Amino acid sequence: MKKVPTIITGTVGMDAHVIGTKVISRALKDAGFNVVALGMQVSPEEFISVAQETNADAILMTSLYGMAELDLREFNEKRMEAGLGDMLLYIGGNLVIGRYDPGEVEPRFKKLGFDRVYPPETDIVEVIESDLKEDLKARGKM
Amino acid sequence: MDDIRLLIDFGSTFTKVVAVDLDKEEVVAAARVPSTVESDITVGLGEALRKIEESAGPGDLKENEALACSSAAGGLRMVCAGFVPELTSKAANLAALGAGAKVIGCYSYKLTQPEIQEIEAVAPDIVLLSGGTDGGDEEVIVHNAAMLSRTGRTVTNIIIAGNKAAYDEIRAIFKDNSKNMLYTKNVMPEIGVLDVAPCNREIRELFMRNIIEAKGIARAKAVIKDVIMPTPAAVLEAAKLIADGCDGAQGFGELIVIDVGGATTDVHSIAHGKPARADTIMAGLPEPYEKRTVEGDLGLKYNLDRLQEMVKGREAPSGFNAIVRGFHEGKLPRTEDEKACHRLLSCLTVEVAMSRHAGRIEVVYGPAGEKLVQYGKDLTGVKTVIGTGGPIIFSGSCREIMEHALFREENPFNLKPKNPRFYVDEQYILYAVGLLSQVKPRKALSLAMKYLKPI
Repeated sequence: MKKVPTIITGTVGMDAHVIGTKVISRALKDAGFNVVALGMQVSPEEFISVAQETNADAILMTSLYGMAELDLREFNEKRMEAGLGDMLLYIGGNLVIGRYDPGEVEPRFKKLGFDRVYPPETDIVEVIESDLKEDLKARGKM
Repeated sequence: MDDIRLLIDFGSTFTKVVAVDLDKEEVVAAARVPSTVESDITVGLGEALRKIEESAGPGDLKENEALACSSAAGGLRMVCAGFVPELTSKAANLAALGAGAKVIGCYSYKLTQPEIQEIEAVAPDIVLLSGGTDGGDEEVIVHNAAMLSRTGRTVTNIIIAGNKAAYDEIRAIFKDNSKNMLYTKNVMPEIGVLDVAPCNREIRELFMRNIIEAKGIARAKAVIKDVIMPTPAAVLEAAKLIADGCDGAQGFGELIVIDVGGATTDVHSIAHGKPARADTIMAGLPEPYEKRTVEGDLGLKYNLDRLQEMVKGREAPSGFNAIVRGFHEGKLPRTEDEKACHRLLSCLTVEVAMSRHAGRIEVVYGPAGEKLVQYGKDLTGVKTVIGTGGPIIFSGSCREIMEHALFREENPFNLKPKNPRFYVDEQYILYAVGLLSQVKPRKALSLAMKYLKPI
């Protein structure tokens, strides 16, 4: 029987919003995942260190204050260095200040290493059922 | 007949004995003789006991109930290895220091062949292996276990305190291996949780069972009851007792002990270290309530250029360089200038040791303005600082030296105590308080309260 996947959650950078990440953590727990909830104001380095020690299968990052791109510059390089090149990475929330244009925003975050990028008002339960479980199964983590 | 107890420290240079009258709550005699651990530790011990008898007068000293601590024969020398430097490697380091060990090597990530050779070369008393949260990464700790299993005879004792999911595989690696293996709880079982107490217990028991035997210190058990912990652990126990009190007797509350020794300066803080402001964010591994750090002797460790830099702007006595070179060669301070130099070095050591031990604050700027991020313990509110160790006690300027532990406006990010009361362990008995606290905590506390001198 495969082990229960470990998912890390948290709000990245200097962002002090916490409700979004709590909602996500709760939904993940309810779906039966092992959740390591880091809360708010989590540095990119901390996501990486924690992913290493816990041998995590995915990181679901939240950002609501519109400055995620700044917080995550060089994140992809850092996570590669740390041996997390094939870590599943999701990000969602309010990723930019102003109107969200998926065609514009998504490629920028995919360049930072994210596998999936979500707009405001995404339904986390849907994400878990349709995207997360599929992606984890495809990687043999479930 | 008064209840007299002997409390012994088998130090690296001297064997010290203190005789305590438990009924009168008094130190009745003290003796200090050069350590004879190289040949037979009981020789020096016997001499010290004779001196005690001369001072204390006739009566049963109950040597066979005497308790001792030891830092002889190099002290408890440990190598730590973990995974991520700021996480399990740091947790292992904290566990080893908290047990009173001297950490002679600290490694992270997968061990390499050259690193294994380094470890073999230093011949540690114990190797402490951690890595991975429980259920987390197994790869690094298993790799390191395999590397360690192939080391030679200089690596004898290994304590495993990492991801428990890897333990079956680690046991299989060490099956039919002659190394002495001990398995205990993960020092960092989950992110944000430090659990060093089980590991500390294993280290202490291993020390009492095997290590003092290997160093020839166990011979003392023919005369006394037991050698129960490394000396720094005894000082840490004393610090805990004085801070927390026991059974209805109040302690001093949160405190710091600074122990300036011959070769190292230890800082012990018994404090939660919570941030001063409610909106400060805590980052990094949470530090233990009882925390110990060790700083090498600045006078011996740093080269002269570095010392010159540190001494700039302070009044250094003339001939500073030459005098420090003399200390390097083993000379002890005798002239006024030499003593002034030694005091200056003690001041600097206290400053550096306290700076390194205390937590720090970083200011980060976000869209909501300034935010404070704290790493380690905020010791600004600690109200008691106790100094001990020869260079403080015998300096003639205890207060001046200890004031170097204070918070400085020029560096507000280093969370050192702002306004504490200072005390000195004038009778040099903190180790004895720590030892006695294991059997008679109330009495040990009374003694400490009696003999700690406010300065």
